[in-house]
Amino acid sequence: MTRHTQAGPAATLGRRTLLGAAAAGAAMLARPHVAGAQAKVIRVGMPTILSGRVAILGTSSRTAVQYAFSRINEAGGLGGRSLELVERDSKGRPDEAAKVTRDLINNDGCELIIDGEASSGGFAVHEVIRDLPVLCIHTNSETSSLTADPKLHVKTAFRCARQGIHDAVAGGVYASAISKQRGLKRWMTCSPDYAYGRDNTAEFLEFIKKFDPSIEVVDQVWPRLFAPDYTENITKALQVRPQAMYSALWGGDLVSFIEQSNLYRIFGNITLFSSSLGDPPVLTAIKQLPPGLHTAYRYNRNYPDKPSNTAFADGFASLAKHEPTNWAWQNYVAAQFIAEALKRTNGRTEGAALAAELKGMALDSPLAVGDKLTLRDTDHTLIGYPTAWGRTVPKAPFVEGFVPVEWSQVLEMEAEWKQRKGYA
Amino acid sequence: MNLDVLAGCFASASCAVTQVSTGLIVGMLLFLVASGLSLIFGVLGVVNFAHGAFYMLGAYFAFLCFERTGSFVAALVAGAVGAGIVGVLFERFFMSKVYGRDLLMQLLVCYAAILIFDDLVKILFGAEYKLMGMPESFATAPVEIAGGFIPSYYIFMLGMSLGIGLLLWLGINRTRLGKVIRALAINPQMVGALGINTRLLYAGVFGLGCALAGTAGALAAPVRSLTPGMGLSVLIESFIVTVIGGMGSIPGALAAALLIGLTRAFGAIGFPLFVDGLMFALMGLVLILRPTGLFGARAA
Repeated sequence: MTRHTQAGPAATLGRRTLLGAAAAGAAMLARPHVAGAQAKVIRVGMPTILSGRVAILGTSSRTAVQYAFSRINEAGGLGGRSLELVERDSKGRPDEAAKVTRDLINNDGCELIIDGEASSGGFAVHEVIRDLPVLCIHTNSETSSLTADPKLHVKTAFRCARQGIHDAVAGGVYASAISKQRGLKRWMTCSPDYAYGRDNTAEFLEFIKKFDPSIEVVDQVWPRLFAPDYTENITKALQVRPQAMYSALWGGDLVSFIEQSNLYRIFGNITLFSSSLGDPPVLTAIKQLPPGLHTAYRYNRNYPDKPSNTAFADGFASLAKHEPTNWAWQNYVAAQFIAEALKRTNGRTEGAALAAELKGMALDSPLAVGDKLTLRDTDHTLIGYPTAWGRTVPKAPFVEGFVPVEWSQVLEMEAEWKQRKGYA
Repeated sequence: MNLDVLAGCFASASCAVTQVSTGLIVGMLLFLVASGLSLIFGVLGVVNFAHGAFYMLGAYFAFLCFERTGSFVAALVAGAVGAGIVGVLFERFFMSKVYGRDLLMQLLVCYAAILIFDDLVKILFGAEYKLMGMPESFATAPVEIAGGFIPSYYIFMLGMSLGIGLLLWLGINRTRLGKVIRALAINPQMVGALGINTRLLYAGVFGLGCALAGTAGALAAPVRSLTPGMGLSVLIESFIVTVIGGMGSIPGALAAALLIGLTRAFGAIGFPLFVDGLMFALMGLVLILRPTGLFGARAA
């Protein structure tokens, strides 16, 4: 039996030294990459959807953050440090979103995360952040439970996005006023058949019935997500003959639904209320936008009516070559919150330090309905953003006559909803 | 389950007309895509998993042409010819390398093609939704028949799909070229031995199949939103049609597409929560009763 006596570094290491070195190496790999903490550049990671049917979600999110960062960097950065965005495509898959988030932190030296995922991916990123001392701002998930459910609370995670429950209250207030005024008693819904579509529709109906108990839901249809054709749902509406319809369809699905409905001229007899029609890419894609359709605010360069909002729209459009989306403003605002928090920590990027600054932070913003947007301290979520509803017009700006819903009323209803859900 | 409402719909002329027309509209567009898929499988023996991508390409070619020329006819031709040419190139440079190889290899090649085509479309046209817009001549009120309503564009679409289906059937069953193609499907070695360029024929048939998908995309472009990845939405239903109709059978694809269309249209009335399920249930039933599909050749 021979003993290894080869020369070389391994030969000089004792067993304890080797084990110690291995443990240190494992610890280095297991904890977030911190080498960049002292670097001149602060790297901000962004998992988002950059390919597939909803790629515009990710590309507009990315452009908005790049636009915000370029403005901050051109103005001298943050205490001599500049911000750099590192984005990764999750392809809309939650498992991939979790993986690329870990990669961004552990391998790419990102010290903060802007989570540009839709809800399914957002929850996956949320769980990754739970285990790591890194700040994360969710910018696209509208599912209320992400921040409303205390069981899901993560100390270093925030949401800088509109929220389903806020929109449901605002939609209920707005639509019930019109239903009472015009006697719209027979309602139908047409929403995508997955968690968001069903939850969003249920919440809208809950609040409109609360404010106008006389309405009756005569039918509900649930086309599948990304269905190419809605003819069977449209002709069903022709048979059911509702006076009003609520739809949580969004994106390209909503574009198809409106255009196919136009062929049957159904909006002459049915008043449509849509949660997502107000998003500029949807409005501009529809070739024959019928006037008088009701839509929740998603983004509009004329609302809030502030020069800073118009400047944001112009700046974004110069880069993206299209109007800002709902996701774009949410990401732009998230970048502003991050910059302010970094200013207050003097460039320190530890998650706990940044979270302490962000809790309850109020910020001047082009998108604030009043003076400021706030990241509420109790549940780390955004309030004070536009929840208004407006009506479509065939030409730009496509939506006009925004009717704001008071945030005091939204918050009051939200508090009741939280109690019913056992969240408060 | 709303069986009373369904019975009421059958009893009402307006409802029956509207829902039958809905079934035909959904079915005929599906037929165009599925017939291409079936043709390729029937002759070449490969399953073109990238078929949905050619539907997407057809829609985008039509969109581009309509933007430039304003001519809907030119847009339809561009959709069909563009998808057909890309199909021929795809067959020559990629698919022909995996004929007779493992199914997994064919699947990988097709999946790669889907990703590449989706990304190319995103680079060239952007990630945002696009719509071609309704040609002026069809921007009219829907036609009323027995109290039911059918949009004029859908009447045109039905006529076009039916005409193309008929031409395809005549071409395959009543022409010399069709005879050669049928022979190619049965015995390619013999066709080759007769001095016929089989590689050219394979490429031509593959291109024709893709052109059919492209035509469907071009016809859908005025009423369906265009996005990178849109092909996936029609691919699954096309496979269901192909399986129900019988792999490789064009008449089978027509019958199955109409069956699926009518099932969806009346299912939405009678079984609103089970419309997609009905399609798969129908497929399951056909596979149990007739494993080769409605018009599929029985195994010897």
